[in-house]
Amino acid sequence: MLELAFKGGKKYWGLIIGLLVLMGIAFGFWLWQLSFGLGITGMSRDVSWGFYIAQFTFLVGVAAGGVMVVLPYYLHDYKAFGRITILGEFLAIAAVIMCLMFIIADLGQPMRAINVIFYPTPGSILFWDMIVLNGYLLLNIIVGWNVLEAERNNIKYPGWVKALAIFSIVWAPLIHTVTAYLYCGLPGRGFWLTAILAPRFLASAFAAGPALLILLSLIIRRVTKFDPGREQIQSLAKIVTYAIIINVFFFLCEVFVVFYSRIPSHMDHIKYLFVGLHGHSALVPWMWTSILFMVTSIILLVIPATRKNEAVLAFACVILFIGTWIDKGMGMISGGFVPNPLHHVVEYVPTIPELIITLGIWATGFFILTILFKIAVTVKEEVSGV
Amino acid sequence: MENSRRSFLKLAGISAIGLGTKPVLDAFASSEAHGEKHGPEIFPNQEALTAKRWAMVIDTRKFESEADLDPIIEACNKIHNVPKFKEKRHEIDWIWVDEFKHVFTDLEHEFVDDRLKHLPFLVLCNHCENPACVRACPTKATFQREDGIVLMDFHRCIGCRFCMAACPYGSRSFNFRDPRPFIKEENKAFPTRMKGVVEKCNFCAERLAVGKMPACVEASNGAIVVGDLHDPDSEVRELLKNNYTIRRKTHLGAGPAIYYIV
Repeated sequence: MLELAFKGGKKYWGLIIGLLVLMGIAFGFWLWQLSFGLGITGMSRDVSWGFYIAQFTFLVGVAAGGVMVVLPYYLHDYKAFGRITILGEFLAIAAVIMCLMFIIADLGQPMRAINVIFYPTPGSILFWDMIVLNGYLLLNIIVGWNVLEAERNNIKYPGWVKALAIFSIVWAPLIHTVTAYLYCGLPGRGFWLTAILAPRFLASAFAAGPALLILLSLIIRRVTKFDPGREQIQSLAKIVTYAIIINVFFFLCEVFVVFYSRIPSHMDHIKYLFVGLHGHSALVPWMWTSILFMVTSIILLVIPATRKNEAVLAFACVILFIGTWIDKGMGMISGGFVPNPLHHVVEYVPTIPELIITLGIWATGFFILTILFKIAVTVKEEVSGV
Repeated sequence: MENSRRSFLKLAGISAIGLGTKPVLDAFASSEAHGEKHGPEIFPNQEALTAKRWAMVIDTRKFESEADLDPIIEACNKIHNVPKFKEKRHEIDWIWVDEFKHVFTDLEHEFVDDRLKHLPFLVLCNHCENPACVRACPTKATFQREDGIVLMDFHRCIGCRFCMAACPYGSRSFNFRDPRPFIKEENKAFPTRMKGVVEKCNFCAERLAVGKMPACVEASNGAIVVGDLHDPDSEVRELLKNNYTIRRKTHLGAGPAIYYIV
């Protein structure tokens, strides 16, 4: 089926070439980082994880969010999603690959990454994160590819593929749970040291992932002959609505516990993010934007009239995606490191090279996504004979 | 043709998985069953200083200002090839100073006495009983010895910095760039590090192994003492018995081995 990716119109090739150019530029910067070290980023002794790990965390959510189309189809026999499960699975593939690339970009000695396998350490959560992420990638590749191939040949996918699909549904929440455990089991970081972290991660994942799928579906309808379907999009929108409400609710639970208990080591981080601490407030406007975007999206999604209007729905999904991205992709990681264990406020701001490398990895993800979606959509077009 | 290629690929795939997972499976399968020992035996240096559980007592009453502490920090930096960067972001610290309110964040209060308020305190790795960094490390590049000292294998470290996030004391540093050009005078007896790995205080394990006291102890004029916490007659136990001591963030349960007499 891979050959389908080589047949496309001008716009398709324009997009592919544009993404390749971005990837090439970023690759150059990555080589620079490789030779100089991570000193070209804004990270420091105090904020030792930055933009890369934040993107990784957010994208694990996007990957896990893909399951929200797979689950209703396989477990609840919700037939309408049969049309678009492939989009969820292919989105998960692209997202997990981005996650792995962000991890590699963040390593000080990337050529030693394989040490995680040579010296396996089951006590380390990172060891398990490697297993769940790679496992999830493999599951989605196998299931997605086989289901699509069966569809192309007009046959039903074999039984073992369905078994693996159901397995991947169980696996999906695991990837984000394990990723949350990277943070919430650390004794000295009050911001992360909360049992709500994994549930919060999942809620934001099940909002951001399907929201992106809605946007991608709308784009596919516009630029190709395949229509993912109005019912499908509306069903996804309801999933997004529940998930984003639960996400904000979990956040408010955290805020209550932290500010009613008044334990400084837990309060200081949230104060830093939302009102600033000791005169440092780089993230304050961002965090309030995030809250504003998430709350606005809730209003637009809850009201049936606005949710059913696809233009408004698209707008709601865009601001929801940005809102959850700021929350996780910017606040979640820096917020945990500021103030540092000695209660010094050392702020973190990503550098230009760091941003370019980040952009390059996103471009790689979209490059993979474009190719996979191109294949999937061409198969759909072939099958329906349009 | 098609068929044989497919079965070859299958076989190759299964073999690859097999080879890749072997060390993983080994980690789970306990290897204690092996009765006989092979390979070279390693004899300990007769002069080595040993302990069941190393600990350090810092008598802060013997310090007055940062000038008293500088030679101690300098001794450590020199012996361990700790680089000095201009850029604050790239800083590497094994042992350094900070104020009471930053070192003892949970003991600090508005009316703490003047001496403590202005006294610089030495901070370093706590060589915890229950080290969070060791738990976090995905390659066992950081590990705890039986005598409690937490060490780093600079050659195994992949630079993921999970240990830095895990350490509740901020005791770890990362080589954000090649440190070698920034070492004033290289000590050939101790390895320099490369970019991309984490490092920290090693309790002078390399000096204890040849019968020498840690560099900071030697430079402290008796203000810093190390010894065996499990030996009731050791000097550290004597000090702990006769003085009130505090440790950093004890409520976290990490069990820091650095005690401060205030």
